[in-house]
Amino acid sequence: MSKYETVIGLEVHVELATKTKIFCSCPTEFGKAPNTNICPVCLGLPGTLPVLNKKAVEYAIKAALALNCSIGSYTKFDRKNYFYPDLPKAYQISQFDRPLASGGYLEIEAEGKKKRIGINRVHMEEDAGKLVHAESGAYSLADYNRAGVPLIEIVSEPDISSPAEAKAYLEKLRSIMLYAGVSDVKMEEGSLRCDANISLRPAGSSKLGTKVEIKNMNSFKAVQSALEYEVRRQAAELDAGGEIIQETRRWDENSGKTYSMRSKEEAEDYRYFPDPDLLPLQIEKEWVEEIRQSLPEMPDSRRKRYMEDYNLSAYDAEVITATKSMADFFEATLQEYNDAKAVANWLMGDISRQLNAEGVEIDRTKLTPSHLAELLKLQDKGTISGKIAKTVFREMFASGKMPAQIVEEKGLVQISDEGAIAAIVEQVIAENPGPVSDYRSGKEKALGYLVGQVMKLSKGKANPQLANKLLREKLK
Amino acid sequence: MLEQLTVAAALEKLANREISARELTEAVLTRIDDVDKSVRAYITVTGERALQAAEKIDEKRAKGENTGPLAGVPVALKDNICTGGVLTSCASKMLANFIPPYDATVALLLQEAGAILVGKTNLDEFAMGSSTESSAFFTSRNPWDLTRVPGGSSGGSAAAVAADETLFSLGTDTGGSIRQPAAFCGIVGLKPTYGRVSRFGVVALASSLDHVGPLTKDVRDCALIMNVIAGHDKNDSTSAELAAPDYTSFLGREIKGLRIGVPVEYFNADIEDGVKKAVRKAIDVFVSLGAEAEEISLPHTQYALPAFYILAAAEASSNLARYDGVQYGLHMAAANLDDFYKKNRSEGFGSEVKRRIIFGTYILSSGNYDHYYLKAMKVRTLVKEDFERAFAGYDLILTPAAPTTAFKAGSVEDRLQMYFNDSCTVAANLAGLPAISLPCGFADGLPVGLQLIGKPFAEGTVLQAAYAYEQNSGLPKSKPAVKEAGGALHE
Repeated sequence: MSKYETVIGLEVHVELATKTKIFCSCPTEFGKAPNTNICPVCLGLPGTLPVLNKKAVEYAIKAALALNCSIGSYTKFDRKNYFYPDLPKAYQISQFDRPLASGGYLEIEAEGKKKRIGINRVHMEEDAGKLVHAESGAYSLADYNRAGVPLIEIVSEPDISSPAEAKAYLEKLRSIMLYAGVSDVKMEEGSLRCDANISLRPAGSSKLGTKVEIKNMNSFKAVQSALEYEVRRQAAELDAGGEIIQETRRWDENSGKTYSMRSKEEAEDYRYFPDPDLLPLQIEKEWVEEIRQSLPEMPDSRRKRYMEDYNLSAYDAEVITATKSMADFFEATLQEYNDAKAVANWLMGDISRQLNAEGVEIDRTKLTPSHLAELLKLQDKGTISGKIAKTVFREMFASGKMPAQIVEEKGLVQISDEGAIAAIVEQVIAENPGPVSDYRSGKEKALGYLVGQVMKLSKGKANPQLANKLLREKLK
Repeated sequence: MLEQLTVAAALEKLANREISARELTEAVLTRIDDVDKSVRAYITVTGERALQAAEKIDEKRAKGENTGPLAGVPVALKDNICTGGVLTSCASKMLANFIPPYDATVALLLQEAGAILVGKTNLDEFAMGSSTESSAFFTSRNPWDLTRVPGGSSGGSAAAVAADETLFSLGTDTGGSIRQPAAFCGIVGLKPTYGRVSRFGVVALASSLDHVGPLTKDVRDCALIMNVIAGHDKNDSTSAELAAPDYTSFLGREIKGLRIGVPVEYFNADIEDGVKKAVRKAIDVFVSLGAEAEEISLPHTQYALPAFYILAAAEASSNLARYDGVQYGLHMAAANLDDFYKKNRSEGFGSEVKRRIIFGTYILSSGNYDHYYLKAMKVRTLVKEDFERAFAGYDLILTPAAPTTAFKAGSVEDRLQMYFNDSCTVAANLAGLPAISLPCGFADGLPVGLQLIGKPFAEGTVLQAAYAYEQNSGLPKSKPAVKEAGGALHE
């Protein structure tokens, strides 16, 4: 037992996947040439005014509902004032004292324990642009494509007790956002960003220690590493009789350390006040209910159902429900093919390997549930062997052709004709006197080798059960 | 003498082909050439562009094509109203090179109606002031007495109309910036209900208090212009989703039985006697027309001005933060980012703008917000409630439009005394109510303005009463002399 308890709260920014920005009609598309998705409004040119994108509110409500939050019937936008060249108006339109939603939670499982983490609030705001600094330091370039992209900020309660829990929280949050379909939550593209507040206190104490804010963590792994580093740093400081300074620290991926950015005294006063250009929002209950109805089944509920209805193990159910696309694929395949365990094995095995290798989600590939169902049926009918199925899979994953067509075109139909296999068996026996005599002298293992030879000569098409049976008969 | 025409008279002559748009525009441009050396109403004159636009209108009319309700009528816009391709400086060094790539909604509506932009008029820097003296470029002059200011902040817009340097203009009014200069220059100025006229493309001073409206030679013109600029704009979230009526249909209606409340708070010792006298005489005219005028009280009036300055400064400090030199405007070489901001903003803004930004920043700072901002918001509610109570029994409220007549340029050094210019007008901004300023005679040879405040979206009633008064006031239809009164003013 450590003598300190770790207290962590996370602030996560998620970009909403609306087609247009939150206060103008510019596209939100990522990766365009600098300053192409811009207009006078998102550039904050003099006299321009914001007009709220209703879709952004809908997505924000959807996200908040998926996090079990309650939606305030009255919400408003406030200005957060600060100067920085990526912020065109020198204020960010955000929400201060009347956030869109509050009082939610999500459930995580970390270090073998289940735990509920509270969500303090979810609020809407606009994103800022991006600065690119010249290596020489002589100048910086501003790209405002991202300025005005809708964001939600999700603030957790300080319920997270370890870096591993923090990572589990982020993974679950990401999964929920994907299920809700409100964001593509890609940390590498900045559509999910995370800052952490962390403090230590003597084990058993109910008083919170001085918190430190950590910024610049660019992956879930980085969040965990930064927090682990910070736990060690703060513990060492406290052990040495020192005090923790309330400050903002920056995670440096290369050195694996955090560095002080600014102290509390240097913290900015954002001078929040209600944005007079936007009217307060009255959110009607009917609308919230409509959005609630449109939410898909969330991962926790699906996982439970898969374990109960399909007898999947907890582990299998967890892996398959981790992303909505995978879970949807699983269920769609079961519409056409009823052995859930077999489908799960494929998804967790060859398919996941292929997806990881290519770094794509299953719904962005040529593979459809019909492909997998047909492949499994071909195997069940004995048309192809398990080994051939893997060959067919690689081909159908690459080309999108249906498995039956691939089997036909490539002549991969399994040989189940005893006469044809018997001829090959004869040949194998003739060519492998050593293993043959090994088998005859009682070494059962040698049979496996001989079956392998039959498969090799038949180019994998021989029915392995038949080959096995015939070899045994001939070698009696 | 075509430049002396009202909009209504000019439209008639244009429709009858008595005059062409080009002739009318030329007359106005010639007038600008003649008198603007003295009046200094304009920051930019768009002569070439105006003549081209006028010719196009004439061609269209010759072909019998639809030309729009203001086709061929010259207009001047206050230089904080964005005009695509035309300098929009806000009379600030900060934006001395800012050419917007877009039009304000009102500029676009006027253009679509066929009005001809002849130029952009001077104002107090970023509309902060009551005299145009805080303009970074020059002070405009009152056509009635060139040693005096035209009022502000829409001083250039008011002076240009009074001196026949345009047929009408648009101004903005955050605390009285249309009505006070209209009063000082002896013309009509209307601040519509908040949300009635789009603010899109109008450079913000204080977003919850900013209004856009017409400055015209008479009440009928005011109604004609409102017919073009009033209405919902999807680009302005605070714009009302309410159809605008035909404002000219209110003109000529009787005002018999109209109930007018006259708040005692607007006739105290702070108001000049000459102003009070002219306004009281006007009340008699209303009564003679069958209206009922009664003294009333708006008890929170005295708190309106301080509350206004707190809220206006708070909003301005945020609205003007974008002028940092990063994307546009003044852009100075600097050693680092902090230095860059400091240089641009120190050099780009004048002292009044800086004063209000610092004041507003202080008000919004943590620890001060509740004391000032929230308290001022509460006062704003009380002021609104004063009006709501009054309007339960009255159709209109009548007050002076300004506490004084036009003062001498350079004569007001005390800031608070300058702010006091808005004392008759700010309440209508806080409450978002429609209010018109119209001439009601003279005091010592200088125009006095009368203010009529109406219920929300009751611009029609305001115009109806103003028109009835204008037609029956018996005031001489005099024009300012401009040149003769001038003299050794040129810098």
